[in-house]
Formats: sequence, C-alpha cells, structure tokens
Amino acid sequence: MSIIKADKLTFEYIQRDEDDNVSGINVAVDNVTFNIEPGQFVAVLGHNGSGKSTLAKHMNALLKPTEGKMYVNGMDTTDNDKETDIRRTAGMVFQNPDNQIIGVVVEEDVAFGPENLGVPKKEIIKRVEESLKAVGMYEFKDYSPNKLSGGQKQRVAIAGTLAMRPKCIVLDEPTAMLDPSGRKEVIEALHKLNKEDNITIILITHFMVETIDADKIFVMDNGKIVMEGTPKEIFSQVDKLKEYSLDVPQVTQLAYELRKEGIPLPNGILRIDELVKELCRLS
Amino acid sequence: MLRDITLGQYYPANSILHKLDPRVKLAGTVIFIIALFAGRTPFVYLMATAFLISVIKLSKVPFKFIVRGLKTIVILLIITSMFNVFMTDGQVVFKIWKLKATKEGLILAFYMSIRLIYFIMGSSLMTFTTTPNNLTDGLEKALGFLKIIKVPVHEIAMMMSIALRFIPILVEETDKIMKAQMARGADFENGNLVKRVKSMVPLLVPLLISAVRRANDLANAMEARCYIGGKGRTKMKPLKYHSRDYIAYLILIIYLVAVYAGKNLI
Repeated sequence: MSIIKADKLTFEYIQRDEDDNVSGINVAVDNVTFNIEPGQFVAVLGHNGSGKSTLAKHMNALLKPTEGKMYVNGMDTTDNDKETDIRRTAGMVFQNPDNQIIGVVVEEDVAFGPENLGVPKKEIIKRVEESLKAVGMYEFKDYSPNKLSGGQKQRVAIAGTLAMRPKCIVLDEPTAMLDPSGRKEVIEALHKLNKEDNITIILITHFMVETIDADKIFVMDNGKIVMEGTPKEIFSQVDKLKEYSLDVPQVTQLAYELRKEGIPLPNGILRIDELVKELCRLS
Repeated sequence: MLRDITLGQYYPANSILHKLDPRVKLAGTVIFIIALFAGRTPFVYLMATAFLISVIKLSKVPFKFIVRGLKTIVILLIITSMFNVFMTDGQVVFKIWKLKATKEGLILAFYMSIRLIYFIMGSSLMTFTTTPNNLTDGLEKALGFLKIIKVPVHEIAMMMSIALRFIPILVEETDKIMKAQMARGADFENGNLVKRVKSMVPLLVPLLISAVRRANDLANAMEARCYIGGKGRTKMKPLKYHSRDYIAYLILIIYLVAVYAGKNLI
C-alpha cells in the first residue's frame, strides 16, 4: 500500500474583499495525482509559488483539499477523527527553524510531540534520547535552541517529529534559510534516516543538488506536477527544466554545454566523478 | 550579546532553595507576604526579618543582587512615604510650607517602607532561585484548581513558556530592524520625546508584522506535532515532591502559625 496518495487533488485559495465577497480564486494545487511508496526518498522541485508548500501541508492535514482526496497511509485527510493519527504518521518540518521550536531547552522541544500524544514518561525519555541520537544532536540536549546554528536547529526539529515515531517525514524547504554547511548536515541526516530506519522522506526544495540522491523527483509548476522520474531522467531534460525556471546542478549544466559544443557525453550526468569518468573515456 | 538575556533574573547557584519544587517556593512567597501583613507590631517585623535573612543565606544569592532589585521601587517608596508622612493626622513634628509632618505619619511611613521592601525582596528571591521554565510549570500545577471554574490554566502556562522562548528571538529581530532602518537614515536617538516616539513607528510596524507571521508558523508547527491543548497530555519531567519539599512546607506552616500566635507579644 502506498504511504501517501493524492487523487485528483485540487486546492484553491479564495481571496475575499472587505465585504467578504469572493474577489479572486487562486488555484494553488491543480488536479494532482501521485503515489509515494513506503521507504522512498522523494524530492519535490518547483520555483516559488508553484504550489509545492501547499501540497506539503495537505500531507499533514493542515490543509484540506477543495476537491479530490489525499490519503496518508490509507487514511483520508478530510476525516477529522483521524487527524492525530495522520499527523503522527506523517511528521512535518518547516522552513524557518526558529518558528517551529516550542521548547526552551532542546530536550524539552523534542518531547513536545510525544507529550501531546500522551506517551508515558519513561517512554518519552527513551524516545527523546533515540531521536536526538539519530540526528546526532544528543550532546546538545540541555542547550537552549537560541544557542544552536541553523542546521542544528533544523536537526532538532527533525528529532521533534521523529519522537512521534512517524512512518514518513515531510520537509517543506528545510534548508532554505541555512548556510551551505547547515544544508549538508540536514540532507545527510535525512538520507541516514531513510536508509537506516526506512522512513519515507518527502523533501520539498528548490536546491537541485539536494535532489540528486533521491529515488524519485516530482517537478511542480503552476499547481501541476509537470515532470516525474528518477534524478537521471529529470536532469537529462535540461531544456524542459529551464522552461519551468529551474536550474540543473552545475555539473549537469557543464555536461550539457559541452554536449552542445559537440563533445559526445551521455545525458543526465549528476555528479562530478561521473563527469570525470566520462571525460576520461573520451581521450 | 542580546540573545543571552533571560527574562526574569534567574541566578544560577547550587542551593537547597534552587532545588525546591517551584510550588513550594510559590506557597512560601504567599505565606511570607501573608505573615508580613499579619499586623503592625514589632514581633511581626522581627519574624519577617529573621525569615528573610535565613532564606537569603540559604539561597546563596549575593545580597547586592537582591538589593539591586529594589532600585525600581525607589520612586514608589518615596511617594508613598511622603503621603504617609504628610497626610496622617496626629502630633505635628515639623512643618514645611503648608504641609504638616506628624509623628504617627513618620511611624506609618517607616513600617510601610519596610513592608514594601520586604515584599519585593521576598518575591524577587523566588525569581532568583527558580528558572522561568520551572516557574511556569509550577504555576500551571499550583493553579490547576482554577480549571474547575473554567480558567484555561494550561493554555496560559503554554503562552507564558512560548513568550519566554520568543523574547530573545524578537529582541534580536528588533536589533536587526533597527540597524536596517538606521542604514536607511532613520534616527532613533535625537529630537524631543514626541519626535522620538514617532521615530519608533518604522521599527514597531515591521516587528509586529514579523511577530504575527512567526505566530502563524508556530501554530502550524504545533498543530503538526499533534498539539490539541492540555487534555490527555503527559510530561517528560513532571513536578514531583521530595522529602525536602514536605519539610519546607512544614517550616512555612510553623512560621505562619508562630507569627499569628505571637503578633501581640511585643
């Protein structure tokens, strides 16, 4: 069974004027259908305003579809009784690390989720320890979040959702406000969770480099999923990506330019060592 | 620098008072204040002085720290003393212009000032020895009985702890906005009062907008982590009484009874 399934999902933001009359309808997600299997690492790409954040909020039942359905582990997100179950199945991490940490101490923040679920004290302590260790933040458990770097804060936020024992974590541009080293920390932690604990990861981002190790990429534009495939498949279509105002990783770009100049390189080169190997083969 | 400020005035030290349950300290503060107002006899004041001195000694908080907290009430002290001295009827001691200072007034002012000073010292001692977190937890537990009359105790405590978490963030943000506006030529330091208040507008508006945005984000994040209010919630570190807490309660009760029993002795 798929862990997350969207069926003709549509979501409209309705704008109202001062007299509460509808002045405009903004279709943020437009008739989207997809399936995500358990254990996958899925990246969702798209430029600003493409509807990817709105889509992410549906996976956590923070938004309910205007039309169509969203299923999380078989549960319909419009079912109000299932809200808590949905949220503990699909944890969510947001963009701004400061605005999602509730606790005044790291440890306390990680405990917030399980406390809400009514988990007994002993079990909470165990889960907090495990979650912090899984993201490599255990030494910081007594720190104030204000004293951590952006990447560290974001890893604490991931630990916070982990402590609820989710099957799947949805991350809405978790690296957008981080510096390059913080970005690397977070992405590495995600791959580790995906491989070692078999947690499904849905990473929403506009940094192409973060998606090259994903199992599957969705490209969104104007509320629709316009491309779908493995990183190799997606990044071999450089021209199409440019149409959606998206960049490709630098290495892919270089290979693309070289090919245009008549050097016979294969499509979809994603990593530096791949390009090096191909170039060596040429000589 | 700014991010290091903590609300309140917690003084980290390893004393028995720091280790006490926050509920005991809250009760202690209340009992101390009740005892202070038991009557206007020397005995009551002697007992209060003895209590305060021993608690300060136990807390290991330097005395000058506690005195520093009194600075804020100096003006209040002067004004109330003036009123007491000049407005009480009785035997006239001296006269300034039309105002008559009376003997009764002087005595009253003296006692009132001591009361006020002790009051502030006693309650600030609690904030010196309790972390803001712990204090919120304690308040939530201690005021739990108010739930019966539908006071949202848990929600208030949650708001307090969120405020504590966000104060340093907003302070930092204020600093950032201030610098950004100064770079655009804003002047926060010169001019008269009206001008200076007006110059705060370009600081406060962006700050308010950002605070609202943060609140929205935080609400989403809390909901995503299954927060549905205080019902059915557990705690990782619930407050638990130890034997030292019961002993402290006992001492407090003995103190209160002693003050009431002996208030007319001297």
